[in-house]
Amino acid sequence: METTTLTPAAAQAHTTGRAEGRRQAIPAALLLAPFAAAFLLFFLVPALHTFYMSLTESSLTRTSAFVGLANYATLVQDPSFWSSLWNTFYFALLTVIPLTAIGLLMALLVNRFVRFQSWLQGAFFLPYVLPISVMTLIADWMLQPSSGVINHLVGGQNAWLSDVHWALPAVAIGTVWWTVGFNMLMLLAGLRNIPGELYEAAALDGASGFTLFRAITWPALRPVVGTALLIQLIASLKVFGQTYILTSGGPYNTSRVTLHYMYETAFTQSDAGYAAAVAMAFMFVVIALSLLARMVARRAA
Amino acid sequence: MSVRFHIMRSQLGWTIAAVLASVVLMALWLFPLLWALSTALRPEHETVSAVFHWLPQTWTLDAFTKTLSAGNVPRWLFNSALVAFLVTVVTMAISLMAAYAFSQLRFRGRSLLFGLAMLAFLLPFEALLVPLFRTMHQLGMINSYAGLVLPQVVSPVVIYVFKQFFDAIPADFREAAVMDGANPLRVLWSVYLPISGNIVWAMAIVTFIGAWNNFLWPFIIVTSNDMMTIPLGLTQTYDAFGVRYAQLMAAALLGALPVALAYVVFQRRVTQGFLAASGLKG
Repeated sequence: METTTLTPAAAQAHTTGRAEGRRQAIPAALLLAPFAAAFLLFFLVPALHTFYMSLTESSLTRTSAFVGLANYATLVQDPSFWSSLWNTFYFALLTVIPLTAIGLLMALLVNRFVRFQSWLQGAFFLPYVLPISVMTLIADWMLQPSSGVINHLVGGQNAWLSDVHWALPAVAIGTVWWTVGFNMLMLLAGLRNIPGELYEAAALDGASGFTLFRAITWPALRPVVGTALLIQLIASLKVFGQTYILTSGGPYNTSRVTLHYMYETAFTQSDAGYAAAVAMAFMFVVIALSLLARMVARRAA
Repeated sequence: MSVRFHIMRSQLGWTIAAVLASVVLMALWLFPLLWALSTALRPEHETVSAVFHWLPQTWTLDAFTKTLSAGNVPRWLFNSALVAFLVTVVTMAISLMAAYAFSQLRFRGRSLLFGLAMLAFLLPFEALLVPLFRTMHQLGMINSYAGLVLPQVVSPVVIYVFKQFFDAIPADFREAAVMDGANPLRVLWSVYLPISGNIVWAMAIVTFIGAWNNFLWPFIIVTSNDMMTIPLGLTQTYDAFGVRYAQLMAAALLGALPVALAYVVFQRRVTQGFLAASGLKG
């Protein structure tokens, strides 16, 4: 990142770096000030505040007592927290692999039919730019027990979204429809980065069709697939809106995810201290998985 | 070229499978939107009719006109447009300035500050909601445009993308302007910005779409119906319309229309922007 080619002027700037450093400190401070202010106020302070709040007994608007690790002690024995974490992982399980696999299939198809690229890519990506509630409104209508189109197709009057077995999978299917376009885009970019000569050389050797995919495409694409899987995993763990709007976490909290539990604890129970502890635990899970992701990605690359 | 042609000829089976898969997937992905349209174009009683029809028996725009006049949809659309516009302008301005400083100026603590800013990648915004709500409460920004806009302008992705772009610009580009005695803001504005047009547009469109679609933050910060943005407002439509599916679908389509249009018009830039923004997240 730092290693740009040194032009004569830059080389000169480099030697006079120290004097320049002093001269540029003030302009730099002025240019950074607006972002720094927003960053402090709306990111860094809330981040540190979350940690502090998790050590206190707090309502939504005031902090009353420092309680040390008491909230965390409650947390590890709170079945509601663990079941919300399990629901979150279950949702991730239901979405990560389908989203990546279907995204890959779509990318391969778009790449194959270049003449129809804007139609195919447009249709697959369009849902991704729509607000979440457009997806949930349409899903809710399609899944409606008495006059929904899904029940018309499969028969019966299933109340999918209030069915213990179907609520989360139904939300997952809606999510796949809504967000798969992003994965397709990433994988398509990966496909486009594979040099065409590789294919031509392999084709001259008589390889074609699936052999070509297995010999050239898949090995070249594997790191991109890895990245897509990991980005998706983290995105899926952050699920909240879909389940909140479509199922309100029901039936019997079987689709209540971690962020939903945090939201309820803070904004409905007004137990902000405990909610902050839930947030810290959530952050820990997400960061741990991001770092793991980065490690795996580095090894794959 | 001839090699590719040969491959396609000899692989007729695969081609047929691929065509089938394309058609099926495209139909599946377009169906929900078409079905919403088919619902929105019928009179309300047809949506609960015992007899199922794929198409409206009576075609009407009733649902659209009722949605626009009865509920708060126009107001929510206005709020979304205003908030998304402000978020985009402010994000672009502060991110360009910060990225320029990080990329082109030499000062102490530069890498430390940049690293700190990139920390925001790692910490999920979602986990900061509780104290953030409190901060806004103390600042008196609940149910206000400032409260809606400000926390959305911290965007390390945008800074990262701009910094990378600036890093790739040869240094003598800037030196020439600096020799003329221009101040950094001027250099940024009249030397760097004009050659960064594409990437700035791409990031601006992506930021706009993101802000337009943001659900979580408005959901936390807004309680009054008049301050809702469209993604949030649409979840309240059951209260406004009751269970009237034609109107609900009309509302959904009205909420979808602006971003869908933006996507169709700027398809290439949107693609470029989302790809640039995804570069680091892994």
